[in-house]
Amino acid sequence: MTNPATIAATAAPFERTALYPLHCELGAKMVAFAGYEMPVHYAAGILAEHLHTRSQAGLFDVSHMGQIRLGGAGVVTTFEALVPGDLEALAPLRMRYTLFLNEAGGILDDLMATRIGDGLLLVVNAARKEADLAHLRGRLPQAATVEPLLDRALLALQGPAAATVLSRYIAGVGRLGFMTAAEVELDGRKCLVTRSGYTGEDGFEISLPANAAEGFARRLLAEPEVLPIGLGARDSLRLEAGLCLYGHDIDETTTPIEADLAWTIGKRRRVEGGFPGAATVLRQLREGPARKRVGIRPEGRAPAREDTEIADPQGNPIGRVTSGGFGPSVGGPVAMGYVDRDHAAEGTAVELIVRGVPRPARVVRLPFIPARYYRG
Amino acid sequence: MSLLRFTRDHEWIRLDGDFAVVGITDYAQSQLGDVVYVELPEIGRRVDQGKEAAVVESVKAASEVYAPASGEVVEVNDALAADPAKVNADAMGEGWFLKLRLADAKELDGLLDEEAYRKFVEEQH
Repeated sequence: MTNPATIAATAAPFERTALYPLHCELGAKMVAFAGYEMPVHYAAGILAEHLHTRSQAGLFDVSHMGQIRLGGAGVVTTFEALVPGDLEALAPLRMRYTLFLNEAGGILDDLMATRIGDGLLLVVNAARKEADLAHLRGRLPQAATVEPLLDRALLALQGPAAATVLSRYIAGVGRLGFMTAAEVELDGRKCLVTRSGYTGEDGFEISLPANAAEGFARRLLAEPEVLPIGLGARDSLRLEAGLCLYGHDIDETTTPIEADLAWTIGKRRRVEGGFPGAATVLRQLREGPARKRVGIRPEGRAPAREDTEIADPQGNPIGRVTSGGFGPSVGGPVAMGYVDRDHAAEGTAVELIVRGVPRPARVVRLPFIPARYYRG
Repeated sequence: MSLLRFTRDHEWIRLDGDFAVVGITDYAQSQLGDVVYVELPEIGRRVDQGKEAAVVESVKAASEVYAPASGEVVEVNDALAADPAKVNADAMGEGWFLKLRLADAKELDGLLDEEAYRKFVEEQH
């Protein structure tokens, strides 16, 4: 069979997060990802890790992601010129999902922005952090400070038991609202905890000093509800939750409207524009995009992977799968991809060309599983 | 006693008279992780040694399964459609893929015996 070994034999030096020794000790299978050696799964395996996160709580090391602090007078206003979100309206300790856009309205990266004091804390994709830093330094005025937080780790605790578990360490964290942040102390060290995540479940992300990460991770893993979760389950969880993966579901060739991310464009920004690619994006918002990102549910058991051709029932090509695989909680294959606008309506019959054979599928509403974010 | 042979691509083949049963090895299933889908050939299809005979998919990825020897497919393991996890639970037994009527049993001479395969897997690490 095709060589099942997944670690790439390459000379490139990989970076490691502060939790690297713990991953190895836990028996993780390590793979190269975005320049880092990261755990793809632990002893339990992807399927069990995925289901455990949906039933109890999973701990993810997401320290490879970029954490960037923006400061300086008026930085929120100048930062807003790079993204379509309404950041001016963001109250202190509130966070927003937004997008760096290019002049054509294409997506340079997707990110989380949290208002802290007069500045912002950004969490950006690992593979994009150098490009994002260059973009910020090139586009923000001299008065702005752009500081990558290199000595910070990032942990995510996700799942229905996450609030119960984290409350044992951070009093009152269970009352933190969805997409809000709190500055807290853990063992006397300053941390930022946000109620957010990438799984469709309730959960938290905790930004903490890198040298405090292993100790805190060990304590969380000692809790009976918590298992360590690798990148494999992180991917299947976010796919079932209908969330985009940069470089796959969104990139410089896709606009927020095509990507079905119009909700990230603030009301005021729709009127005022003033973000890169605004003319294109706002025209697509009025007239509808030529193609759209949709959920796709294959009718058989065969998964349709990224790059699978999507055809109409007559066999004419209408798009491509951008993420696809097996959804453990759905109990069958799930996919998302872009299709021509005439085929984007929910319930539309399509065909997926897997290994040269057309297989029936349907356009479905995202997410594949109901979101269970904390709503107070 | 039946003759058991292995390929360097991590398939096994067990000779039983003019017929042979084919599957993937325990090492292969452990590397793949949770198997969620198996695509088996049609009965009567001719397969050639070293060429694709089936597809096995884990949560992570799809992998081709190559025929350890040439022949005609006379039976497939239909139970894998409903329960592909049998490949993980019992790769060398209930997780078998297909049964061939061999074109030429001599093709098995070029394959590895159990001891040679064990050494081959060790060298992979």
